Order: sequence, then C-alpha cells, then structure tokens
Amino acid sequence: MTRQTFSRRGLLKTGAVGGAGLALPTIFTSQARAFTNAPTGSTVTLGFNVPLTGAYADEGADELRALELAVEHLNGGGDGGMLQTFSSQALDGTGILGKKVEYVTGDDQTKSDVARATAQSMIQKDGAVMITGGSSSGTAIAVQGLCQEAGVIFMAGLTHSNDTTGKDRKANGFRHFFNAYMSAQALAPVLQNLYGTDRRAYHLTADYTWGWTQEESIAAATEAMGWETTEKVRTPLGAGDFSSYIAPVLNSGADILVLNHYGGDMVNSLTQAVQFGLRDRQANGKDFQIVVPLYSELMARGAGQAIKGIPGSQNWDWKLEDAGTQAFVKSFGEKYGFPPSQAAHTCYVQTLLYADAVARAGDFNPCAVVEALEGYEFDGLGNGPTLYRADDHQCFKDVVVVKGAENPQDEFHLVEIVEVTPTEQVTYAADHPMFAGGALGECNPGA
Amino acid sequence: MLGLERKDTLLMFAVAFITLLAPIILNPFPAGSALAQFNAGYPDLMQRFVIFGIFAIGFNILFGLTGYLSFGHAAFLGIGSYSAVWMFKLLSMNVIPAILLSIIMAGLFALVIGFVSLRRSGIYFSILTLAFAQMSYNLAYSVLTPVTNGETGLQLTLSDPRILDGASSGGLPVTSLFGAEMRDTTTLYVGPWTWDFSVGYYFCALLMLIAFYLSVRIFRSPFGMMLRAVKSNQQRMNYTGLNSRPYTLAAFVISGMYAGLAGGLLAAMDPLAGADRMQWTASGEVVLMTILGGAGTLIGPVLGAGFIKYFENIFSKINDGILHQWFAFMPDGLENFMVTVIHPFIGKGWHLTLGIMFMLVVIFLPGGLVEGAQRTGRLFRRRDRNADHVESDAARQRAAAE
Repeated sequence: MTRQTFSRRGLLKTGAVGGAGLALPTIFTSQARAFTNAPTGSTVTLGFNVPLTGAYADEGADELRALELAVEHLNGGGDGGMLQTFSSQALDGTGILGKKVEYVTGDDQTKSDVARATAQSMIQKDGAVMITGGSSSGTAIAVQGLCQEAGVIFMAGLTHSNDTTGKDRKANGFRHFFNAYMSAQALAPVLQNLYGTDRRAYHLTADYTWGWTQEESIAAATEAMGWETTEKVRTPLGAGDFSSYIAPVLNSGADILVLNHYGGDMVNSLTQAVQFGLRDRQANGKDFQIVVPLYSELMARGAGQAIKGIPGSQNWDWKLEDAGTQAFVKSFGEKYGFPPSQAAHTCYVQTLLYADAVARAGDFNPCAVVEALEGYEFDGLGNGPTLYRADDHQCFKDVVVVKGAENPQDEFHLVEIVEVTPTEQVTYAADHPMFAGGALGECNPGA
Repeated sequence: MLGLERKDTLLMFAVAFITLLAPIILNPFPAGSALAQFNAGYPDLMQRFVIFGIFAIGFNILFGLTGYLSFGHAAFLGIGSYSAVWMFKLLSMNVIPAILLSIIMAGLFALVIGFVSLRRSGIYFSILTLAFAQMSYNLAYSVLTPVTNGETGLQLTLSDPRILDGASSGGLPVTSLFGAEMRDTTTLYVGPWTWDFSVGYYFCALLMLIAFYLSVRIFRSPFGMMLRAVKSNQQRMNYTGLNSRPYTLAAFVISGMYAGLAGGLLAAMDPLAGADRMQWTASGEVVLMTILGGAGTLIGPVLGAGFIKYFENIFSKINDGILHQWFAFMPDGLENFMVTVIHPFIGKGWHLTLGIMFMLVVIFLPGGLVEGAQRTGRLFRRRDRNADHVESDAARQRAAAE
C-alpha cells in the first residue's frame, strides 16, 4: 500500500493551478448576446424548412422555389417582384438592414419530429434568425413551439388548422395563410347557392390537427344553414388507398361527400371517389356532390378530370388581377416557366413581411419584429388590404372561393374563381370558441 | 478496473474520451469556412448521436447476443418519450423522474410484448414484434389521441399542473436537472473555431457511458454467455435441460429498457413526443445502425448510430446553392454538369447515398464498420510479430539476428 502525504504548499499549488485551469475557458466565452443568433457579419441567415419528401412534397418544392425567389428579390436581383407593389417601401433591395440574405434548407418530411430536428439544426448550427416554410399544420405547430423556446421568429408557411393561431398560438409565430374557419365561412354561402339547404354531408378527414379543425369548422358552418352531418370518418395521413373509406359512403344515406384532405391524399381520395361513380349517383332524390374545402392548383393538376365543377376555397390564386399578384406571377413565371401555387405565394409573402418588419424596426431582435408585425396593416401582396391581428398573429384578408374548371384551356387553368369573399365575412373574435384555450405568452428573444 | 479486463477498460476509456471531447472532435472545420457545412458539433445533433447510441447499444444486447431480430423496438422508444413528456406535464420539469418513468414503462411493455413474441423465433418473432409496434403506432396516432395528441405530438402547455414546480410564469418552462437547464450551452471561441458545450449533451453522454459500461458487463458475464448460446444453437441448449426462455425474455426487457431510456432522453432534450417515433421505419433504422456498425460488437452500434444520424442531418441539408459554391472555380458548363451529377445524392436524396453506403458495407465489410477499422488497423500494425506461433517466433528470431 502506498502512503500519500499532502503538504500545505502542494495543496495550495494544486488548488491554484486547478482553479486557473477551470476558469480559463471563461476568457474565451463571448459576451452575452441580446438575442438568439444575432447576425454579426455582413450576412443574415434564414431557415427554409419544407417537405421535400412525403405526402406534401409537391407543395414543399414549390415553396422552396418561391423562397429562393424572395431571397433573390431581397438582395436586389431579378425584377423585384412584389417589392414594387408592397405598400411599405422599407425594403430597398440591399438585403435586410444592409445585410445580404443567405438561406439554409432542410427536409421536414411532414413529420413533427423531423421538422423540429431540422429546424433545431438551422438554429443551432447555421445561425438562422427566422424559420419559414412547411406544408402541414402538424409540423407548423411543432416548429412554432420550438422557435418560441429557442427565441427565433417563425413565419408559418402553408398551415390551415385553426389551432396554429388558436389553442397553439405562440408569441414568436405568425401566420399569413387563412384557416379552416375562414374557409367554412367563405364556402357556406356558395354551397347554399349551389346545393340548397336540405343536404346530408359525410366527412372524410385527414387524421391530424388540420383535418379535425376543418371538419369541425365546415360541419358547424353547414349545419348552421340547415345541412345535416351523417358521419365523420378519420383517415390516416398519406394512406394512398381510400377505397375502403369510400365504399361505405354509398349506403350511408348522405348526398354530399366533404373531403377534408390535402395534397397527395386529396388527389387520391377524390380520384377514387369519382372512379367509384359517386358523382353520377342519386341520393335522397338529389345529385350526389363532392366538396373539397381546401383547394390548390397543384392538387387540381394531380386530380385531372376528377376536379371538374368541384367547389373549394383558396388563400390566393395566380389568376387574381391585382398588381401584387401580377408582379409576383410575372417574376415567378419568368424564372420557373409556370405560375406559382398558393403555398409558394404565402411563403414568399411571409419572407417579405419578415424582412420588412426587421427593416421598419431597425433591429433583428425577435421582440422588435413581433412589435413591428402586431397590428400591422399592409396592401399590395396579392390579397388586398390585410391586417396582422395582434391578438393571435393571424392575417385577416379576402378568401377566394373556386371551383374546378369545366373546360380548362391548359393545365394552369384547372381552377376558376367563383367569388372573392370580403374580409368582414370571415373575421371572427380572437376568443371564438374554435380558437380558445391558447395564449400567445411573451415574445422570447432567447439568449 | 471496474471489473473489466484490460482490453475492455481501454475501450471504455477510449469511448469516454471521445464522448467527452465530442464537441471539439465533431467541429474540425473553422466556423466561417466552406467546409463548416460538414461540422456536426452542435448540441442537438450530438445529443442525437449519443441517444441513438444508447438505443442501438440496447438493441445489440438482444440482436447481437441472442440473434433475435426485433422489428418493433421503436415502440419502446416512443413509449419512453410519451412517459417522459407526461411526467414533465404532471409532475416536474426535472428530468430524473421523467427518465425513470420512461425506463419503467418501456420495461413493462417489453415484458408483455416479449412474453408473447418470444414464443416464436426467427422470422415469426420479427413479424410479431413488427405487428406489436405497428399496433402501438396506430394507437398513438389516432385511437389514443387524448393521451398522445395524435399526429401533432404531445407538447407542454402553460396550463399543465406540474405539481412539484407550481405554476409557471411567462414562457414555457424548460427541462432541467435540479436547476441546470438542459439547453444551457457555453460556447468557446478559439481562433476561428467555435465549440458548443451543452449541459444536455453531457447529461446524455454520461448516461450513454453508464449504458455502455453495463453492456460491456453483460457481454462478459455468464448471462451474456447464455445469450450467445441461444444464438449459436437454441435447440441443443434446450436438449441439455436448460430453459432458454427466461434468458431471452430478460434480454428483451433489458433492451426494451435501453430503448425507453433513449426515448426519455429524446423527450428530455426536446419535450415533444410524436407518433412518428414509433413508426416501423424507426424500428428499421435501429436495425440498420446495428448492422452498419457491426452486430454483436461492443462499439459497433454506437458507430452505426452516429453514421446514420450524421447522414440524416448533414447530407439532407446540402442544397444546389451550396454545390454551386463548391464548384464555383470550374468553368460554367462543367460546374452545372457536376451539380447535376451530384444532385440526386444530396438534399432529399440522402436516403440514396445512405443506401449505397449500406450496400457497400454489407457486401465488403460483413462485420460492419468495426471490421473496417480492424482491417485498417491490421494494415498498419507489424503483422508478423502480432501473429501467433510460428510466424511470431520467426519474426523474433529475425529481429534478434538483425
């Protein structure tokens, strides 16, 4: 056995050296920054988190195109797109606050878990100050929560669930896209004109937050005008084959089928419903009809012939005739050779709105951005006069009601505009029961 | 030391050394440089490395030792995550009770699923576990929505009770270990390099070292020997009068608890539990990790886990813009050509790259990455002196003569 002797001198020496060693790293650590990922160099990084694989891959690819276009315009490239028509002229084509805009991309696979991991890596590794994109309310809510915790701004892409700015609203998150409640309010009068007040509806619903809230909103709006809801059936996201869900519709006594599906799911379920001959049938002495509450050109292209005459709603359509839309469609078309989808539009607009808010606030600090966006009224971005409501960070603007064209001239005119529902008709109180139960909390600058 | 042989002690120390210095080792490129794209040393990814390392170590105890190929281990990962998040919601933001509950819950589920599935072996066992995992996935995805919050995933809210913590003010509370917040990160700036040392990572790393140590002990124990016997010939074992069922069930439960620990840690690092975590693709991923690294070896599964997570997080984020930057020095035509050629393998094509790597490894290195390391090791070692018997004798004589 060895004996160890501790001398006082030895102990002091070791203590001093050890203490200095432990304290050493602190001289390297930088001063505390005011907020997460404060841009220090001559560039600022934005994170584009879009689905490149999975049920919403088409939307994701189109979003990415628009986001790249937005970066080009912010940095003074191309023809400037909507920057010319935007009511605020704080952006001058020299990036944001003189910093050149750079971006990183990631594939969120339309899975909450993956979306959070990719967003996390953009924040921690690439130093992104803002995350945008996404084509599902599930991922939007997951990433919005993450951005709130991390202290960066989340500008939601395509997310239509009431919950995004309802029970899951967050101070650091903003949504430009419309929501299921607005769809229902805009669609109900049109459905009444088309199909009358005595109808029995059968719902097939994508089984996640967006599907649930859309089903709830549409059922409430149609029941208010006298329709009856016979059954609500949930289908898994990305099911591919819906025939087993469609067969029971035939004998359910319903005469309307509401498809609360989006993207690839909607293309499949609608095509299969039409193949089953639902639209040629009679039920309760009336023609059987199909309604797709949330619509897009991309889906119309996928569904082809099946889409003819089917009504639905959109956030925006490239055939609108205002100056903002025309400028955006022109620069998008020149770059990529076809018109943009509504997913592309909302992501493009969100990026411009973020950049503009930073420019107006003169600061990248998330709390300054939140303050600049809350209650902000703007125009010239394709939807007419729009308000970013401070109570829930939801945009209020016109809703486009559309239906599948009977004789489309080409694959870009598959959808025709029925009417543009004015903002007042789709506005609701911030504490509406369908949106209750959430709180914005306080803006979090991180760090 | 610690009841280990010298060779295992060395391995243990090597693993500990690498894990503790990972923030430095994984960030070899200066922050602003073009190669910084390949840096993996940020907290979120490092945490994933060690957490999936734990998952794969546990899986290897079952698959590597007994040869039972479970295709449903992701179910235990998910159960661990849900348990942990519920603990955060109801009890406290401290990670200790959450992780304990996730290990216990995963263990209980493993006991039930293992008891049924282990009545069969081979492909039937795999299919049974797959069926159970898909069942759990579908339950979590839609049927049990009140418990799991369906597709959106279980998240913390301001209105959760959190009995021990009391009402939270301001923003959402964060997970912590007796006050040390998991997301706390100290960044070290040395010249052009930046290194992130995060509390969460070191917590996970410590647990992985414990998990690794336990697995070494299991591998070297009589119990481990029994499990190997099951793998080599279960029938013969039964004929000698040994009942192998308790051994396989114990191995199944232990590996289930490892998965539960990994799931709990995932939730502790980022308090969200989604049903995607239980999908069969996640179960398949851990099989890939183990085989890629080297099934039945101690360190293999950890290497495999790191390899796959690296591809998933780094390769999937390389886009055409970055490629254009890399090849900017070439003439335009050639640059575009190179980008077109590489395009299918990056970004959303990372699966393709991973698939090719996996094929190459399985074909040329059946023992996984560990075999690759051994082969390279042998290349550089003085082969003759380390060989046995005649050859080494000859080498010694030659050395003496010289």
